[in-house]
Amino acid sequence: MTKPVILLKTMLFVLLIAAIAACAPVAQPAAPAATQAPAATQTPAPTQAPAATEAAATAPAAGEKTSLIIESWRQDDLAVWQDKILPAFMASHPNIEVKFQPVANTEYSTSLATKLEAGTAGDLIMVEPFDYRLKMYQDGDLAKLNDLPGLENFSKLALSAWSTDDGSETYGVPLAAVLHGFIYNKDIFEELGLTPPATEAEFLALLEKVKADGKYTPLAMGTADSFVPGLLGFQLIGPNYWKGEEGRLALIDGSGKFTDPAYINTWAALEKWRPYMPEGFEGVKYGDMQNLFTLGKAAVYPAGSWEISIFNNQIGDKFKLGAFPPPVPNAGDSCYFNDHMDMGMALNAHAKNPEAAREFLAWLTTPEFAELWNNSLPGFFSLSNHKVEITDPLAQEFLSWRASCASTPRNSYQIISRGEPNTDGEINRVTTLVMNGQMTPEEAGAEVQAGLDKWYKPQ
Amino acid sequence: MDQAASDAEATKHVVTTATSQAHTRRLNGLVKHSILIFFCLLAIVPTFIIVVNSFKTRDAIFSEPYRLPTRETFSLKGYQTVQERSDFAVYYRNSAIVTLTSLLLILLFGAMISFALAEYRFPGNTLLMLLLLAGIIVPIRLGSVSILRLMVSFQLVNTLVALILVYTAQGLPLAVFVLTQFFRQVPRDLKDSARIDGASEYRVFWLVLPLVTPAIATVAALTMIPIWNDIWFPLILAPGEATRTVTMGAQQFLGQFANDWNAVLASLSMSAVPILALYFIFSRQLLRGLTSGALK
Amino acid sequence: MARLQVRRMNRKPFPFHILVFLAPGFVIYGLFMCYPLVDSLRLGLFAQAGGVESFVGFENFVRLMSDPDWAPRFWSALGHSLIFFLINMLVQNPIALMLAALLASMGKSGGIYRTLIFAPTVLSLVITAFLWSLLLSPLWGLPKTLLTPIGMGSLARPWLGLESTALPTLALISAWQFIGVPIILYYAALIAIPNDLVEAAYVDGATGWDVFWLIKFPLILPVVGIIALMTFIFNFNAFDVIYAVKGALAGPNFATDTMMTFFYRTFFGYELQKPNPTMGAAIAGSSFAILMLGVLIYIFVWQRRAKTYEL
Repeated sequence: MTKPVILLKTMLFVLLIAAIAACAPVAQPAAPAATQAPAATQTPAPTQAPAATEAAATAPAAGEKTSLIIESWRQDDLAVWQDKILPAFMASHPNIEVKFQPVANTEYSTSLATKLEAGTAGDLIMVEPFDYRLKMYQDGDLAKLNDLPGLENFSKLALSAWSTDDGSETYGVPLAAVLHGFIYNKDIFEELGLTPPATEAEFLALLEKVKADGKYTPLAMGTADSFVPGLLGFQLIGPNYWKGEEGRLALIDGSGKFTDPAYINTWAALEKWRPYMPEGFEGVKYGDMQNLFTLGKAAVYPAGSWEISIFNNQIGDKFKLGAFPPPVPNAGDSCYFNDHMDMGMALNAHAKNPEAAREFLAWLTTPEFAELWNNSLPGFFSLSNHKVEITDPLAQEFLSWRASCASTPRNSYQIISRGEPNTDGEINRVTTLVMNGQMTPEEAGAEVQAGLDKWYKPQ
Repeated sequence: MDQAASDAEATKHVVTTATSQAHTRRLNGLVKHSILIFFCLLAIVPTFIIVVNSFKTRDAIFSEPYRLPTRETFSLKGYQTVQERSDFAVYYRNSAIVTLTSLLLILLFGAMISFALAEYRFPGNTLLMLLLLAGIIVPIRLGSVSILRLMVSFQLVNTLVALILVYTAQGLPLAVFVLTQFFRQVPRDLKDSARIDGASEYRVFWLVLPLVTPAIATVAALTMIPIWNDIWFPLILAPGEATRTVTMGAQQFLGQFANDWNAVLASLSMSAVPILALYFIFSRQLLRGLTSGALK
Repeated sequence: MARLQVRRMNRKPFPFHILVFLAPGFVIYGLFMCYPLVDSLRLGLFAQAGGVESFVGFENFVRLMSDPDWAPRFWSALGHSLIFFLINMLVQNPIALMLAALLASMGKSGGIYRTLIFAPTVLSLVITAFLWSLLLSPLWGLPKTLLTPIGMGSLARPWLGLESTALPTLALISAWQFIGVPIILYYAALIAIPNDLVEAAYVDGATGWDVFWLIKFPLILPVVGIIALMTFIFNFNAFDVIYAVKGALAGPNFATDTMMTFFYRTFFGYELQKPNPTMGAAIAGSSFAILMLGVLIYIFVWQRRAKTYEL
């Protein structure tokens, strides 16, 4: 009976070595990363008053700091959060340490849902608007924030993206809006003697001119990534057809249908883009579109304002950029554009440090944050009412449309995408087919409406 | 036809076929080499293109993707970005620890199970085999939520141990399948004579283990690659910065909206080249392991 | 009776050592593989409404296969999975067999070829996906660059973007990466064939072609079967390559949607689509059943028939 004991010991030893080897790098991380959220400061004491026994129980009580983790899908903004936003907060809140921990946007939903379910999600959770995360709130994963100081700095519309349908309960602090329009290459426009179009006819004529010249791709657009046709096509030009909020709310209350002329005409307008997109556009991905434009090979780019900082970085001073709002169908029509609440910040209902997290959320409502945010991430516009001086000219251009045209968020995000099939996904799918020439606008409208009718009964 | 004539005839026949065979063989050889060279190029050139382009300016990547970098188009910008924004040394260490430890555990525990299954007949033997078979068929991702909950209750989230445990569980079935075949091949007399000499079953196991090393190489080769390349479990179980693996590190540059292609190509190259280099160094052992393992 | 055998074999009162051999591996395997899988698959027999689970038997499976909301996507995903498998089976495996035969016929001098052909297998799918998206891009891709100068530019189509070609293209990308595995397995089987058998056939005047098909191929049939089974299991579960190139929506218009992408979207949710763990588990359960069927066919039909060819 001694032999098995020896063997067991050997095995335990091997396991132990394995465990030590595996733990080692975590114990001496390169970044100041506390891998396990300290349980000691779970008491609702935001300041340095952890009970001595508790502090002794958890290993190194490094400076009595409360640490917060932000869950996010914005990998691109990692540097801005790390270098600008979080240092500013931590400077004024020395006892709170905040870490920004993004994952790829395609993995965000899955990893967030999994972590929430297992209780490992960070205290602060970046949330998409409307139907995306409402259910998480209803399921009790996100905390109610109605009493958060500073929420009065936001408009009702901005708050509606992170509130229950009746607006009575709010679960997210609005962070930023993105605006949709077209960005163009000013140098190409000058070379070919073009001016930004005001109407759809002018827009098509302009594209035709670029095409006739033959040197540049008129429109940097492709349909290989499914979100592109829906977001940068349908939602971009559509508000002018469905008259912004009027049409969006009509879909929700049931008086509007996707078979209405407004929607059919939107798809019909997109169909006309086909000759001006690059050859083989069915296989052109979002990254290809960006590269086509930023390398100066295309004249016009259907854009969200988030591109501004990306384009600034990649283009530098190789050529100049301009922007114009979506052209109206007929001269003299009043104009609408997509001004979309894009990201908010919510509080994990099972946060380990809810008090510190609330402090951070309250800070997000301040003018200091608005100022920092708008100028660190040009193209993401803060949603609070604080007046902010924006320095980036292209961002200014986008923002100026708010004065002349009516704002509206994407029409498929509120209420009508919470069932199966979700309307937003359906719009992406059929718009791709319409632009690829495999479906008529009428068929597209009928399919989306049929999908919605399956589960949605307007009040 | 008399005997001699027919013999001569036969000899002649053999000779002519031999010379014509020599001809066709040379021709065959040419065709063979051409086909193989074609497929080798097909296998290697795409990766080569990625690596070459990682040393070019962004303009050059897209205007002349299939040219070598020239003095004007040469750029290390991508590598600089990767250098500034990530820590590939840490990623490599993490990946190496996870892969090697999992491998060690898979091989040790796998060999123990295989030995027992091959050596002893006991109730439940077949049942255990079937249990393992199910593990090969069902993708483990399906159980992600339960796995994460387990790791939470063991306080293992954001540690490499969590990854090691999952990969070990994932790698065991295949290891057992291959190794069991080999343990069955080991001559009985060898084991029995050891037993007569008074060796315990554990001694017998260690005695037999060296005899199946080719199979162990096979298992190592087959299980290592998916562990090294996995992106799913690091994301779910260990998303923290300190536990990031190489594949995760490469993935982070394929961000949401910024497509910094210089950085993407550089990080992809940095994650691919060392692996390819290691592979080329060890390919003889690895492929020999695979071939000998496949024999049974 | 079985217990008796154990005793006789080991001459020990209690087979404690068997337990020691099995325990460490099976503890880890049971805890981190069996339990999570059973825990998840179990959901397929339940329905969730308002956070409450209730047992519904096979109702989810019936819905999956007949309900108009689910059935079309289910059958199309199943079809795509089978197509994905068949393309690998009919393109990757024959090419692999051919290359293995060539390699086996050249002995040691083929080493460098083996090394190179196997190389893509060690690459991460993140790399493979990016690589082929770039190479097949209509804007900067290889087909256009290569075909245009010889006047065949019109043949360069956006293969990954068209409904008709996206799935086969993805299957071929997967074949490109993993062809090394069947090559090595075929190769190993071929070089194990005793030399005198082959020599004898040559002396009898057989051509290389005859020798291969009449002697070598029947001898390696068991391996051919195992590789077919591996191809089936591996490709029926195909997820990574599709996800990496086309995302979880498996576009265009679900043209590349397989059982695993369908499962992933349903089980975990995607964008505005809400997660549905119970239906997701039902999809996984069905896919498990189909795989099992494949394995059983292999064991009871193929293995029995193949045995008769063995010498």
